[in-house]
Amino acid sequence: MLPEKNKVLVLFTHPLLERSRANRLILKSYSDREDVTFHDLYERYPDFNIDVEYEKELLLQHEMIIWHHPFYWYSCPPLLKQWIDMVLEVGWAYGPGGDALEGKSILQTITVGGGVQAYQESGHNRFTIREFLRPFEQTANLCKMNYFPPFVIHGTHRLDKQGFADYATELGLFLDNWQDIQYQPNLYQHTYINDLLKKIATTK
Amino acid sequence: MSTGFLFQALVFMGASIVLVPIAKKIGLSSVLGYLVAGILIGPFVLGFVGENGQDIMHASEFGVVMMLFLIGLELNPRKFWEMRKAILGLGGLQVAGTTVLLFISFLLMKWQWEMALAVALAFSMSSTAIVLQTLKEKNISRTIAGEASFSVLLFQDIAVIPILALLPLLGTPHAGAETHASLFSEQPAWIQAISVFVVVGLILLIGKFLVVPFLRFVSKSQMRELFVAAALFIVVGVAALMQAVGLSPALGTFLAGMVLANTEFRHELESDIEPFKGLLLGLFFVSVGATIDFDQIMSDPATIALLVVLVLVLKFIVLIITGKLFKMSSDQNLIFSFGLSQVGEFAFVLLSFSSQINLLDAVWNAKLMAVVAITMASTPLVLLLNEKLIEPYFGVKTKGEEQEESDTIDTQHKVIIAGFGHFGSTVGRFLRANGIKATILDNDSDRVDLLRRMGFEVYFGDATRVDLLEAAGASEAAILIAAIDPPELNHLLVETAKKKYPNLRIFARARNRYDAYDLMDMHVEHIYRETLDTAVRLGVDAMVKLGFRKYTATRQGQKFIHYDEQSLEKLSKNRHNVKEYALSVREQVQWQEQILQNDLFLAKEETDISWDSEHLRQVVTQNDPKK
Repeated sequence: MLPEKNKVLVLFTHPLLERSRANRLILKSYSDREDVTFHDLYERYPDFNIDVEYEKELLLQHEMIIWHHPFYWYSCPPLLKQWIDMVLEVGWAYGPGGDALEGKSILQTITVGGGVQAYQESGHNRFTIREFLRPFEQTANLCKMNYFPPFVIHGTHRLDKQGFADYATELGLFLDNWQDIQYQPNLYQHTYINDLLKKIATTK
Repeated sequence: MSTGFLFQALVFMGASIVLVPIAKKIGLSSVLGYLVAGILIGPFVLGFVGENGQDIMHASEFGVVMMLFLIGLELNPRKFWEMRKAILGLGGLQVAGTTVLLFISFLLMKWQWEMALAVALAFSMSSTAIVLQTLKEKNISRTIAGEASFSVLLFQDIAVIPILALLPLLGTPHAGAETHASLFSEQPAWIQAISVFVVVGLILLIGKFLVVPFLRFVSKSQMRELFVAAALFIVVGVAALMQAVGLSPALGTFLAGMVLANTEFRHELESDIEPFKGLLLGLFFVSVGATIDFDQIMSDPATIALLVVLVLVLKFIVLIITGKLFKMSSDQNLIFSFGLSQVGEFAFVLLSFSSQINLLDAVWNAKLMAVVAITMASTPLVLLLNEKLIEPYFGVKTKGEEQEESDTIDTQHKVIIAGFGHFGSTVGRFLRANGIKATILDNDSDRVDLLRRMGFEVYFGDATRVDLLEAAGASEAAILIAAIDPPELNHLLVETAKKKYPNLRIFARARNRYDAYDLMDMHVEHIYRETLDTAVRLGVDAMVKLGFRKYTATRQGQKFIHYDEQSLEKLSKNRHNVKEYALSVREQVQWQEQILQNDLFLAKEETDISWDSEHLRQVVTQNDPKK
């Protein structure tokens, strides 16, 4: 099958989705979209036995990759780390001859319990979200992918239904416009892509 | 007559039973014990055995024949091919070197060249029986020296064919001389030579195409004694065929063994023939002792002593040079060279054949036979001297090499699977897919046949028998997978294996809970219920179909298996409070109830709060100052 270009691949990892109000609401932005392949890794690999060839094939067929996961202990759930370890092979994703993913774009979408102020030098987590996400950013960079500023959903503990609905709309806006967004000259100046999306929303 | 036979049997067995344990006790090899027993009961000491010692020796030579059959079984053609360099190199050098040196020495002693050549060839042979038995007892069969010795002996066994074909060309047969009337002895030499190769080819063909269907047919009767009879029939049949054409029966059975080495009946044949071989070999050693002709030695002690020393020294020199050329370390080379320095039982065959075709007269024949017997008796002593006096100088023990060098003859696998039905075969397939070869035992000959055609290494036989387990290598294996279908048989296997091989790890298949309880009572650590994992997997899939997340369902399944195994252990301990061994239906219901009650606790247990966003949200927002 020929790869259909310009499609979005969502690599979703959540070990206990049935107990996550936030994600159940947010994931609605992906449903009913022709251009989105929603790939639920915990559902597909409950035994952590990742089908590497299949995953590589999926990556090749998509231009925009989204790592969507809760922000656990300043990082991702274990299956996403497993996925990174297994699928991003040397000689394929990086290293000599490893340019299969070159030029693709990647967005990290995370749900975070705490608010923005907690993730500051003065906050009780002492570092910013961007600092915590450095390993992911560099992983993408090593694979010659464009790492977009992350899509961060802050304060999930306290958000109400409307709050989640707003985030869902914002994510929808990204999915509608990512092909234009990637050429925006000021894209990488934003801390979160949410800021850029808010600007787009107001101009429209 | 019958009292005579019983008396003879009594004397032979009695002497062995007394002397062999004594020899073992004082650290000598059993071979020496047998030989001394033979000398004691022989015509020159106690005189219990008269002139018939020679006959008994001929009869018990059959032990050697059986031994070679067993060696053949151990050595399938592929192994044989792997060893070809050692066999041809070491063996070829040894036989050629010894023959040439002895031939020259005999010529210097003014013998006729035909006789000199015949005797030199006969004396180049070493004793498979003595060497292998001694190596096995000293537990050095798998050292470099052990393997080199085996290669040389094998070459000699093969060399007997051309030698037997060559001898008639040297001799001048005339009527009345032969003791064994062979089919072709009236024929010209070249026909005899051709007949040798024809018969060898015949044995290979028969072994390949007739014997296996025959054994399959016999095994269908499911009667052990019939199979033993069939095994003996094959060995005796091949030996008789070889004798009929005037060839070494030992060589014939070796070939037959090698042809059968790749069949499913290998271990069964091995364990059936083994006890007969052991008994006959003992008898053979005793009769060698009994036939040492002290009259001959007394009549011409100088010549005999000279010959004995000459043969031992020359063989030793050739062997030590051969060993050096093959870069053996000094201590290994000494064991190898002393070990093979005697003249072997093939010499008896070659000498009597030579005397049939008038290469030797009767007096020389008797003298040379005495020389052979003395050199054979010398080996255990010489090896003992080497071990006690010479080896300490080199300070190297043979242990070091054992680990690395065990590959070449090592046909045993580390895993044995008993029972290759649906359960065992799944385990076997899985292990094979991961490059782990297992020795598989099954007693359904149709299935064995099918699986072998599919490339599995399966052997026919009843795995609950100790001798078959032994033949399959249970004493060296790391793991035994007990996967026989009827639980009673599986228990029998586990019991036997636990008793005989305390170091063997047993992984047992259990049909259900009750079967598992029984295995726990036998202190089996690794128990696998056929029904547990599969049933839970079905449950997990059903949960998923009902809308549960797959990862959650999978974790619940794994938890359940873990919990169930723990509760099994707990219940197994309580079970002995219940009065009856076999549970009545009512009691089974009670057990079931207790189990089900416990399951409810599992369901109530809090699931994973670490990932539970709702739980986390509640904890965080409770402390919220805004609210």
